[in-house]
Amino acid sequence: MSEHIKLPEGSIEKTTTTLNLGPTHPATHGVMQNILELDGERIVSADQTIGYIHRAFEKLAERRPLAQITTLTDRLNYCSSPLNNMGWHMTCEKLLGITTPKRVDYLRVIVMELARIADHLICNSIMGVDAGAYTGFLYVMQYRELIYEIYEEICGARLTTNMGRIGGFERNFNDIAFQKLEKFLDEYPKALKEFENMFQRNRIFMDRTMGVGGISAERALNYGFTGPNLRAAGVDYDVRVHAPYSSYQDFEFIIPVGSTGDSYDRWLVREQEMWQSLSIIRQAYQKVQAFTGAEAEVYHADVPEYYLPAKQDVYTKMEALIYHFKIIMGETDIPAGEVYHAVEGGNGELGFYLISDGGRAPYRLHFRRPCFIYYQAFEELVKGAMLSDAIITMSSLNLIAGEMDA
Amino acid sequence: MSLTNEIIQQRLTEKFGEQVSEFSTSYGMLQFEAPKEINLKVLNFLYDDAQLGFIFLTDLTGVHYPDQKGRELAVVYHLHNLKENIRLRFKVFTGVDQPDVYTATGLFSSANWMERETYDFYGINFVGHPNLKRILNVDEMDYFPLRKEFPLEDQTRIDKDDEMFGRG
Repeated sequence: MSEHIKLPEGSIEKTTTTLNLGPTHPATHGVMQNILELDGERIVSADQTIGYIHRAFEKLAERRPLAQITTLTDRLNYCSSPLNNMGWHMTCEKLLGITTPKRVDYLRVIVMELARIADHLICNSIMGVDAGAYTGFLYVMQYRELIYEIYEEICGARLTTNMGRIGGFERNFNDIAFQKLEKFLDEYPKALKEFENMFQRNRIFMDRTMGVGGISAERALNYGFTGPNLRAAGVDYDVRVHAPYSSYQDFEFIIPVGSTGDSYDRWLVREQEMWQSLSIIRQAYQKVQAFTGAEAEVYHADVPEYYLPAKQDVYTKMEALIYHFKIIMGETDIPAGEVYHAVEGGNGELGFYLISDGGRAPYRLHFRRPCFIYYQAFEELVKGAMLSDAIITMSSLNLIAGEMDA
Repeated sequence: MSLTNEIIQQRLTEKFGEQVSEFSTSYGMLQFEAPKEINLKVLNFLYDDAQLGFIFLTDLTGVHYPDQKGRELAVVYHLHNLKENIRLRFKVFTGVDQPDVYTATGLFSSANWMERETYDFYGINFVGHPNLKRILNVDEMDYFPLRKEFPLEDQTRIDKDDEMFGRG
């Protein structure tokens, strides 16, 4: 401190600086606050504050029929809403004992992997932005646009999709959706390759990310890491393989793993997963095309109690009218039971713990939100690092405020 | 050798006898409960035992059952053995008057925020937690919002009572 400020006799001069990173700082990519204690540019300690966009989804869900909860799940990880939607539908199907036709499973796989690509490409390109390379972000953004156009053909929405129903999809995929999918499969790999060339062996990017925010496999497991962040530390845990849902056992794919668990490894794992997702989409698309005759028109399971009937049936058939009314008014009793179902979300194991007491709404619904759980490791990741490393570690973790705060 | 629900149940009963109870299987997942005094012993045993090896805490949350006198609040642990790929659900119950449960933060770093969240919404006091304060709600809040006595709907509305939701 300068000689102009006279401290009282005997007081101890504070040698560290307190810096408020967030809640609305552009580098946090979401509404979250970090109170960093800095010694020069080194981080001494970090204190995270979250909850700025807490919307009490778990409480809201206790007063909603199952179908109305889908819209809440949209708003968890809003970079990959369809993944959350499908995860929720599958949880309900597990509770209700519904088995879905293979074609539905494959269509779901297409949508989920598209969502994974959308999620990863944002995370990876944002990491580039935080390292000072804006161009890559602009390159891949137009391909997220293509993915959103596919969503639009399937369900009519882009960001918060509310896609699908319990038992399948609200309508069959139309030809335009498949054309757009083909266009995406055709054009995206080139752009992804270009994006990769720009970063993967880029000296500046490597220097900024290698050895930054690293974590050992043991600590990552203890901190409850899942998804790409855990795999970057070298643990090959993927829900798609460990507990296959939606017929993932029918597909051939590799689970990429890293070794050091640092930001660079996380980037590489995500990059590799995008290639794997593309391969899964191609396989699923082939399987979907292989269906012929009546099977090629199947897009939902036969569960009249939970699946909305076609509108023309509602006007002409009594049963359809009754079911329509019961579903819209939420008057269907759910069987009692406790179920936990997990899917591989964009940033880890997205779990739904649903307790039903036989009422019309869940008695208790808990979302296991991966980034809420692993964000608590942030202090350990950045302690002793530079301030600019903290920014890049944060973006490499893929923190989504909506998911963290539920 | 592969680990099954039966072996887990057998190992637990060998170790804790009558204290672990209410074994059941729900959608393939083993669940059981134990008195809250021994929750750490059970978690430690599940963690350390060479055969069991439940080293991954998937989820920790609370549930409120206002009608169960003396055991109104539940803490639910979801544990995962990643090698054998088997999950289990472990519950402890506590009275709402003195909701003290030992913290699992010594065993799992991931329990830190999950316990803070459970405290935030249910008021379960995790004894020994390093930093037990609210996490998602504002610090000034003086109630625990996920408890059942805090209704969601506007109290002046009569068209949306519990009967609407199958619980008359």
